[in-house]
Amino acid sequence: MSLLKINGLKAGVEGKEILKGIDLTVNPGEVHAIMGPNGSGKSTLASVLAGREDFEVSGGSVEFLGQDLLEMSPEDRSRAGLFLAFQYPIEIPGVSTANFLKTAVNEHRKARGEEPLEPAAFLALMRERMKLVEMDPSFLQRSLNEGFSGGEKKRNEIFQMAMLEPKLAVLDETDSGLDIDALRIVANGVNAQRSADNGIVVITHYQRLLNYIVPDHVHVLWNGRIVRSGGKDLALELEAKGYDWIKAEAQVEA
Amino acid sequence: MALGSDGTRRHLRVFNIGLNWSYIATLNEHTRTMADSQQVLDSVVQSDYKYGFESDIEQELLEKGLSEDTVRFISAKKNEPEWMLEWRLKAYRQWLKMAEPQWPNVKYPKIDFQDIIYWAAPKKKEGPASLDEVDPELLATFAKLGIPLEEQKMLTGVAVDAVLDSVSVKTTFQEALKKEGVIFMPMSEAIQEHPDLVQKYIGSVVPTNDNFYAALNSAVFSDGSFVYIPKGVRCPMELSTYFRINARNTGQFERTLIIADEGSYVSYLEGCTAPQRDENQLHAAVVELIAHADAEIKYSTVQNWYPGDKDGHGGIYNFVTKRGICEGARSKISWTQVETGSAVTWKYPSCVLKGDDSIGEFYSVAVTNHHQQADTGTKMLHIGKNTRSRIVSKGISAGVSQNSYRGLVKINARAENARNYSQCDSLLIGDQCGAHTFPYLETSNPTATVEHEATTSKIGEDILFYCNQRGIDTEAAVALIVNGYARDVLNQLPMEFAVEAQKLLAISLEGSVG
Repeated sequence: MSLLKINGLKAGVEGKEILKGIDLTVNPGEVHAIMGPNGSGKSTLASVLAGREDFEVSGGSVEFLGQDLLEMSPEDRSRAGLFLAFQYPIEIPGVSTANFLKTAVNEHRKARGEEPLEPAAFLALMRERMKLVEMDPSFLQRSLNEGFSGGEKKRNEIFQMAMLEPKLAVLDETDSGLDIDALRIVANGVNAQRSADNGIVVITHYQRLLNYIVPDHVHVLWNGRIVRSGGKDLALELEAKGYDWIKAEAQVEA
Repeated sequence: MALGSDGTRRHLRVFNIGLNWSYIATLNEHTRTMADSQQVLDSVVQSDYKYGFESDIEQELLEKGLSEDTVRFISAKKNEPEWMLEWRLKAYRQWLKMAEPQWPNVKYPKIDFQDIIYWAAPKKKEGPASLDEVDPELLATFAKLGIPLEEQKMLTGVAVDAVLDSVSVKTTFQEALKKEGVIFMPMSEAIQEHPDLVQKYIGSVVPTNDNFYAALNSAVFSDGSFVYIPKGVRCPMELSTYFRINARNTGQFERTLIIADEGSYVSYLEGCTAPQRDENQLHAAVVELIAHADAEIKYSTVQNWYPGDKDGHGGIYNFVTKRGICEGARSKISWTQVETGSAVTWKYPSCVLKGDDSIGEFYSVAVTNHHQQADTGTKMLHIGKNTRSRIVSKGISAGVSQNSYRGLVKINARAENARNYSQCDSLLIGDQCGAHTFPYLETSNPTATVEHEATTSKIGEDILFYCNQRGIDTEAAVALIVNGYARDVLNQLPMEFAVEAQKLLAISLEGSVG
């Protein structure tokens, strides 16, 4: 069974259609990259998958592990194994990273009918998973994302992903605002979580992240549609030639 | 198994931060705390006022209405000495000439003071000598409230002076306290057994004519707690009182007096829940604290009187006068309050910093939801030299409620080098509620240092969506964020109260989003 099966998905905001019919299937073990110029609908796709209410779905269907994803609440999507690494992670003053994650992990466990983790076991798990993104344990006691640098916030997203162990992770421009060292750290953290059972969708504007997280499939999103799909070489081609040729091609086809 | 006050605070910190690694070893011993944390989240899904029940204990009632005869009746009922009756009558006559305050930022229908019952007491069966002899129905009531006396006794080491309506029903731990010379008893008994102390201190901090409701309380107060800590004694346990209003139309007028003699320390906890009802109820308590030289009084409150229903019907009117005086040098008074209940709250726990180098503190979380109104804050009156005060106020407004902070910092001419720090934060949930801040500052001494910080924030959709995406539903997210926001105040509470306070915050904000 595929992890994610998107068929003819149309969605928009305030009557304006942004996604104009997306088809995409992600199978276990696969990494898909979705690339495209600004305003092509990449982040909208991520938001719609996560269930953000601002967006209205006007057509198509999304199956997640055989369930109708669009019928599920955002928290149920999360508990079912869908994770979104936010492009702009939110700061929550007064709520420590540890407390936030403890609540999140225990909500996931409760949904699976499991008991909350013992505090000592939870601490050990957090410390181990932080190492994946080279985060210092002192971050656990700091308010979530408050005063974190851009790179620290992105590392924190990947750390949260490691704690929640999603079936499908959607990384929304996780590379934006990262210097080359942070990019490598974040990519290593993601790669460590690749397995034959889970899938990853990497949304990015630039090819450079894909040097570190090597995708199995690359899709180009433009004007609300996937206009071209290919292997990892497609990303290199885009890097070399830019998006204009894709746009021109798509216009000819349309 | 009794926890020392130091130990208690350590566990508290672990609990509130969630996981504080340096204290992980103690955490395992207290898995109960973690379970309680889970209960906070679980309880969020309940939607009715949790403590809305009425126990069926036979009542002894006085007819409605207030006159000199009412005052005499109450005094006679309690076999009070002549001076106490005269004191009450003086207050009553002053009250007749006073008017209800109009300046608070709250609105409520005019109160008919003749339509209130001023005396109600549970009928005594046979003076109970132990818990076994206490009315089982009463014990069941406490169990429903989540404060089983026995468990409190065994697990927490807290002496409980449980007040149901107006008469104290059960006092525990008297023996241990007696050994240290600590006096902790119902006010009515203190008047009989320690008349000198009561006569010396009652009304010394809040005079009978201080304000309309203080005068009313002085005239008709039914009972309350009396505490005296002798010189140099560190009270061996947290003293705790639970109040409830349990009779229809019964106004409740508690009177509490705490005296910490030189070099002593006491931590006093007060918590309340009230049964659900339609009529509005008046609650006008007076609390007086006196700290002599080098003494410290820590007074904590969790207030959860019935707030009225979602449409603003019913609920308690909570008009309270709480004031402490740092009488001696280097004394300290610390107020901590978590206010989640009442339809209307009007309350300013204050410190008169008379002794040189004395310290006053005020930590407050005030939650208003639905149609609740709160006008609360503090007064810090700096009189002595090098006096210091600290104010941390966290207001949380939801629904169509109105939440006002009102605080006065006054530095007298001879208060050299006085210092104040005030932090007043407001958190808004939704866009129909109101948060207001009224800071007053009067400085008559140029050496004073006064700092005021204020912030306003909102639990917006972005934060909630982020939490949802991590599997945390909206109610749990609000509880998580609010507890985080209120952490600086909750950290000041002893552990048992912090647990209760966290539950109350979550419960009182149910249904506030989406």
